[in-house]
Amino acid sequence: MSVNALIVAFLLVAIITWLSSFISLKILKGRVPGAAIAIITGLVLAFFGGKWTGGNKGISDVPGLAGFALLGSGMLRDFAVVATAMGSSLKEMKKTGWIGLISLLMGVFVSFFPAVIIAYAFGYRDVVSLTTIGAGSCTFIVGPVTGAAIGADSSVIAISIAVGVFKSVFVTIFTAPLAKWIGLDNPQSAMAYGGLMGTTSGVTAGLAATDPKLVPYGAMTSTFATGVGCLLCPSICFFIMKLILGQ
Amino acid sequence: MCFLAGQFAGESLGVLLGIEANVGGVGFSMILLMLSTDWLQKRGFLPVHTEQGILFWSLMYIPIIVAMSATQNVFAAFSQGFMALLVGIIPTIFLFLCIPVLIKLLLK
Repeated sequence: MSVNALIVAFLLVAIITWLSSFISLKILKGRVPGAAIAIITGLVLAFFGGKWTGGNKGISDVPGLAGFALLGSGMLRDFAVVATAMGSSLKEMKKTGWIGLISLLMGVFVSFFPAVIIAYAFGYRDVVSLTTIGAGSCTFIVGPVTGAAIGADSSVIAISIAVGVFKSVFVTIFTAPLAKWIGLDNPQSAMAYGGLMGTTSGVTAGLAATDPKLVPYGAMTSTFATGVGCLLCPSICFFIMKLILGQ
Repeated sequence: MCFLAGQFAGESLGVLLGIEANVGGVGFSMILLMLSTDWLQKRGFLPVHTEQGILFWSLMYIPIIVAMSATQNVFAAFSQGFMALLVGIIPTIFLFLCIPVLIKLLLK
């Protein structure tokens, strides 16, 4: 693979990300997060890549677009995801206190197990796939990170990304309308909300549409959610799944 | 460095638990990064460039996720689109239902 291929990938992804941001803000007025649009675009590209080439590596099977495989590689992905933790600090963590901790734990487990049940109902039986899809229901990062860590098939990882994206969009759309009903009108509830829902793109977009002042509080906890999910899903959740299924 | 240390911890934990996988390596790395940048910042050992370097990579994460998404075998996964929708939405509905419960719990 030539160096140029990587640059091509960079350029195309930059265009996609920029366009998605534009569509999200100017055309959809923030109703769908830019990140969600960008990721859906990536998935769509992957679909056509597979359709046209008959390969199983999405768009990177298309000659000239192999750079996507390096840009989206597990190593770079994990590295970038870990880097996002730098925005968080221990001080902030302590501020969220018990609300943060409980909501984060609930967020993972309340998403994970129903998700696994649904996947099981649709026919998935192996521990790796079930855990990956369950992880996807936490956030669209936790799914693929977990899947890569425990060796899931690429198609299952794709599903986990889709799951996370659907969740993010759902949270964005329904936060504002449901806010009053669920008591989302103060910093504490926003923090609980962020930790519980987990998807930072969904939470920040949803809170922005509800009450912009709540956004930092929700983001404070939701930022940790990906980290907590990445920690718990490939370990404890995977372990529990193995016990339940006897694999 | 935090990344490698974290990944190593994850692999080690995986081996310890007898699982052929990197259990939570990313999670460990994130914790390590938070702790060490905090520690370094307090002591003034975190150069601006290092901080900005880490910031660069954290901003790169969405583009990288986009590229990652574009290389998945979506064609094979496509038929499962409806299931993905349900898995995305139903657990999330449960979460929404938990919020009032959680808030009441915390107010005690």
